[in-house]
Amino acid sequence: MPFAKLTSEHIDTLRTIFDPARVHVGEAIGEDYSHDELAYGRFYPDVLVEPISTEEVSQLLRFSYEHNIPVVPRGMGTGLCGGAVALHGGIMLSMARMNRILEIDQENRMAVVEPGVILLEFQKTVEELGLFYPPDPGEKTATLGGNVMTNAGGMRAVRYGVTRDYVLGMEAVLPGGEIIHLGGKVLKNSSGYSLKDLLIGSEGTLAVVTKLILKLIPRPHRQVSLLVPFPDLDQAIDAVPRIMGAGIIPTAIEFLQRELIEASERYLGKPFPDASAPAYLLLAFHGSDELIDLYHQAAHLCLDAGAFDVFIADTQERQEMIWEARGAFLEALKGMSEIDEVDVVVPPAKIAGFIKFTRNIAQDLNVRILSFGHAGDGNVHVYVLRDGRPQDEWRVLLEEAMERMYLEARNLQGQVSGEHGIGFAKIPYLKDSLGEAELRLLRGIKQVFDPKGLLNPSKVVG
Amino acid sequence: MHIVVCIKQVPETRDVAMDPEKGVLRRAEVAGKLNPFDLYALEAAVRIKEKLSGRVTAITMGPPQAEEVIRESFLMGADRGVLLSDPAFAGADTLATAFTLARGIGRLDSPDLIICGVQTTDGDTGQVGPGVAEFLGLPHVSYVRAIRKATREGLVMEQDLGDQVAVVSLPYPCLITVDKGIGQPRLPSFRRFLETKDYPVITWGYKELSGGDEVYFGLEGSPTQVERIFPPKVEREHVVFTDGDLARQLYQKLLELKFVG
Repeated sequence: MPFAKLTSEHIDTLRTIFDPARVHVGEAIGEDYSHDELAYGRFYPDVLVEPISTEEVSQLLRFSYEHNIPVVPRGMGTGLCGGAVALHGGIMLSMARMNRILEIDQENRMAVVEPGVILLEFQKTVEELGLFYPPDPGEKTATLGGNVMTNAGGMRAVRYGVTRDYVLGMEAVLPGGEIIHLGGKVLKNSSGYSLKDLLIGSEGTLAVVTKLILKLIPRPHRQVSLLVPFPDLDQAIDAVPRIMGAGIIPTAIEFLQRELIEASERYLGKPFPDASAPAYLLLAFHGSDELIDLYHQAAHLCLDAGAFDVFIADTQERQEMIWEARGAFLEALKGMSEIDEVDVVVPPAKIAGFIKFTRNIAQDLNVRILSFGHAGDGNVHVYVLRDGRPQDEWRVLLEEAMERMYLEARNLQGQVSGEHGIGFAKIPYLKDSLGEAELRLLRGIKQVFDPKGLLNPSKVVG
Repeated sequence: MHIVVCIKQVPETRDVAMDPEKGVLRRAEVAGKLNPFDLYALEAAVRIKEKLSGRVTAITMGPPQAEEVIRESFLMGADRGVLLSDPAFAGADTLATAFTLARGIGRLDSPDLIICGVQTTDGDTGQVGPGVAEFLGLPHVSYVRAIRKATREGLVMEQDLGDQVAVVSLPYPCLITVDKGIGQPRLPSFRRFLETKDYPVITWGYKELSGGDEVYFGLEGSPTQVERIFPPKVEREHVVFTDGDLARQLYQKLLELKFVG
């Protein structure tokens, strides 16, 4: 059934549900709302609304259902595959104003938050209370709701797992307006199908989350990062299984390449603390007194694996210097050229092979391909750079590079997306990677939650 | 070349506790780190050493745990470390500290160059470096933001005078205090850790440094006393412009606050 076109009567009705100051139409909708962080064209919603309560979300979804108008939920729009973009116009539901931390339950080490809370602020708030929220995606200005909806991973996944591992419960609104409560302040739950886990990573296609119950852990006493220069990237990545194999599980293991470090230096206007090597591993350790032993062991293993040296970042300033540079990679890349990305995840032991493969493609197709990512968990972010090519040439080249990379990831028994999600940009690759039966189940689930197909249409399952 | 770098262990956070009885910082209660400005002093010293060859001695005054910052200086390239530690040195102000450091440096084979960080992050006075120079009878240049040229005879430097920059040439022996422009400090090296873990830290106390002038050390030798320590008050104003010519309003506000104009 085709969607209804939004009329001025519809907008009048929306102005009765919401304070008119939170209903924006036409030119009042900022350009930001027409895209996310990667360039796929511009798609404007017909109306942008900013709810501040579950009740308002519920009323809106009832309205959408009754009038057959699509709704696209959105956090801060920091996604990388077009997930929070209104492809069919309709209503954009910005969750940014539902940004209250409702409760930090220190006794149970849990927090109850609204979905619009910014990750960075949440991390800071809980850390001041001696608690810790481990998921740490690179984009710190994303909302927690957005993190949950993409099942964001981040740097600390090696040790602590991903966002999913910290979501205990949620309140959500179904298409049609019904409010549901899933999970709760419990650490175990075998009570039927886990609908909560179905919503995590569903990219706003099944329901709109209005409250989250998140698990916290005690804040680690000490943190040390090691910056390890290697003669080349292969040696750097080859050192990872040696470290993990010795039973040392760092909080994070990232790989860094010279070219991106330099781009990041230019972007930040700050020098990186070392310039001696073409490739680095960056390891982070969390813990207390055992920490020194642990990182000394890791340092010895790195030297044995051919590292030039191992630099110790044991103070906050030193750590920030390095991690700030690492955190700016994506922005620095965007400053270099138009880019498109692959966020595949392969078995950790295959990551070196995959990176080598991307380098071969770059040579073969004569295009710049740069990568960074999580050497410890097999999730790589590979970027293809347009570098001023004409549009036609770029499209053909990009498709060729993408297809080869996704095929290789499949061959290595990897998955299409490690942490950014499918959105609309990666739908074809998801379809290629799933079988008939799996796709049927995904579509069936979408149908059960959203029979009219109004919620974030044309995303994830198409 | 013999380069001496004066370093200090400072509290890791700015939330320092004060001893109400003595009016001094309770240093033992908070974790310590190497004063961030001293990282630049060490970096400057090690760069000159790498260029001209020679050796770098790090010296600090503090309680026994200040040995940690000497060990850290080894990891950044210092070759030798001296800790001046004695209960008699406790409670020193900038004058007594400068006096004690000068006495310590006086016991070393004579340095060509002494480098200090421009100030510490706990006291923020910037007085100790110049004080050491005065006690040693050496010329000094403070607020050095860049070393243009280092030779075996002396230095050509840029001195930041706030609204202007002086280019200063100075022969050795001399003392300089350096600011952050000097170059990104290197990270501590694990290879250096392996090389230097058996290096001794020379410790000198009152017995080694005194020459019958004990009144110049510690609390007793300090003409200034700390009355009260508090973090500076931060005043924040939150202004939201919603209507009209936003750029003009913003410009007016910045003008009013003297950020532009």
